[in-house]
Amino acid sequence: MNTCKLSEVHKNNKCKVVNFEGGRCMTNKLSNLGIRVGKELQIINSSFMGGPITVMSGSTKVAIGRNMANRIIVEVNKL
Amino acid sequence: MKKILLMGNPNVGKSVIFSKLTGTSVVSSNYAGTTVEYTKGHMKLNNETIEIIDVPGTYTLNPTNKAEEVAVEMLDEGDLIVNVLDSTNLERNLNLTLQLLERKKPMIIALNFWDETKHKGIKIDVNKMQKYFNVPVIPTAATKGLGLKEIIKNFNYKKIVEHNFGNDDERWSTIGKIIRNVQDIKHKHHSITDVLEDITVKPLTGIPIALIVLALSFMIIRFIGEGLIGHVAEPFFESIYKPIILKLSLLLGSDGFIHNLIIGELINGDIDFGQSFGLLTTGIFIPLAAVLPYIISFYLILGLLEDIGYLPRISVLVDNIMHKVGLHGFSIIPMILGFGCNVPAALAIRNLENRREKFIASTLMATTIPCMSQMAMVIGLLGSYGNKYLIYVFSVLLVVWIIIGSLMNKLIPGFSTDLLLELPSFRIPSIVTVLKKLKMRVVGFLAEALPMVLLGVFIINIFYSLGIFDALSLTIGPFLHRLFGVPSEAIDALIMGFLRKDIAMGVLIPLGLTGKQMLTMSILLVIYFPCIATFVILLRELGVYDMLKATLIMLTSTIVVGGYLNFAFQGDGFKILRLVPVVILFIIIQFIPKIKSKNSVEMNE
Repeated sequence: MNTCKLSEVHKNNKCKVVNFEGGRCMTNKLSNLGIRVGKELQIINSSFMGGPITVMSGSTKVAIGRNMANRIIVEVNKL
Repeated sequence: MKKILLMGNPNVGKSVIFSKLTGTSVVSSNYAGTTVEYTKGHMKLNNETIEIIDVPGTYTLNPTNKAEEVAVEMLDEGDLIVNVLDSTNLERNLNLTLQLLERKKPMIIALNFWDETKHKGIKIDVNKMQKYFNVPVIPTAATKGLGLKEIIKNFNYKKIVEHNFGNDDERWSTIGKIIRNVQDIKHKHHSITDVLEDITVKPLTGIPIALIVLALSFMIIRFIGEGLIGHVAEPFFESIYKPIILKLSLLLGSDGFIHNLIIGELINGDIDFGQSFGLLTTGIFIPLAAVLPYIISFYLILGLLEDIGYLPRISVLVDNIMHKVGLHGFSIIPMILGFGCNVPAALAIRNLENRREKFIASTLMATTIPCMSQMAMVIGLLGSYGNKYLIYVFSVLLVVWIIIGSLMNKLIPGFSTDLLLELPSFRIPSIVTVLKKLKMRVVGFLAEALPMVLLGVFIINIFYSLGIFDALSLTIGPFLHRLFGVPSEAIDALIMGFLRKDIAMGVLIPLGLTGKQMLTMSILLVIYFPCIATFVILLRELGVYDMLKATLIMLTSTIVVGGYLNFAFQGDGFKILRLVPVVILFIIIQFIPKIKSKNSVEMNE
């Protein structure tokens, strides 16, 4: 299995959330937007100069700050 | 009275439904968090008055910010919940729906944006959903008025259903099950909107696009504003209004206190709307002819950008810059709103998460963002010295913004939270909604500005005849003169600026300032203190202690910036070498260590 931080996934790849390395507050906020363990995300835009990354979760586009993306552990689907 | 609550996630169109049902206008936009306080409205149904409450959007009943807290508090008050959902985002929306269903309140579900499901290839089985939840489910398209009658028909719905969906994980797995049962998504090819949505957030394409959008917006705002002033407002005031007022002036005897209060002083036997300073001349001219055209053009463009859903894209693009001043990308939205009026901007700051961010954002906004009322006057007055002066104003304010911001970030313990923002789909704005919103903001401006400017003109006349202004320019005035190089009478403008910034700019007209002095005053009037309306909101939002700190920052900035401008623009020109102190200051700030105190938790609460 190939896990890494969400911030390290390249553009246009798909990945699956496996773990959150953050507090309850962060997990809650992400879960409100439908981003939970097991959720498949598509990377629309990777971080640029410390900026946020943009992912597609279901039919929702979400921008996630770099630090938060560092604490989301995902498993990259090999295509 | 029956109370009906409109509840749902942010940006699902609750406010549009509210406006359509009650006829009361509320500002709605295509991004999360436009409604921060609840709004009440009424509608008549079969001789019964029903109260409808537009509740701020929330993702969950476990609130994470103040706007969401408001939403949860409202819950107990309602007789019926209308849960509004975005049908194109069913999964995420159902999380709140399931939580609401557990509350044992009569509830109906509105599947809004129903019209958009078709071209997004989404099929939702309404009947199945209805059976599953055992509550009425109504597809709606609020901007087009679809399905609203069905909602009204169900206003007497009283059945309470009992549901228990268990803990978070169980709830989400239930949602997954429901989605698989009721929703069918056909994968559609990338449409033009999809492409646009993506290239506007990718930095390499997004930043140039943002710059073009901003430049275009500025040009259009100025074009419409100047057009309205030059072709509508001024001709009306000069050729229709003035002759009437001149007759009135004769009737009042052309001089004396009453005459000067109502008509103002005649300049060479004629009325000068900028300089006469009577209630019916300058007092009417400033809000209606000088400022209103720019208010109209600004809010037209802002409304379009809001309803298209463009503003959150800017948040994403500036996120890393905003972290340098201790904020995250979302805080750019209050800053943009501040260019219209600082009051709604101060309210929007409530959406930020912790005290530190609220303080930094409020202080930055109130200190460096000029409102349109003032900008309209600045463009009119300073613009006549040359466009380069307008560029100076914006550049100086930007530099002050960066410096104060990074200083606060370094010196206030704590850290900036991370951006987490849903990006709305681009929508083609409905012209009716945009115009309605524009009308509402214009009416709001008139209701606020007209009385305040008239009060201002009244006070100016009283102060003038009592000799208060003379006393001020003799006592405090000389300090201003020495420090900032402006005439001592400029103190009058600073006094009036507490009331409103447009009238304060107006006070400068008779002084015959040089370009440099006008530039200095234009900038100082932005920085030194917010107008009373903004101050009241900030005081309420920040509390006395933080407001005091913010005031100190403003005062210091005023002295430093004013002094610097006096030095840098000597001889009415700017030389690149005079940037040296700014650069040095900037380098020093980079070396200031970030303060991490034990109390850092406190500011982040």
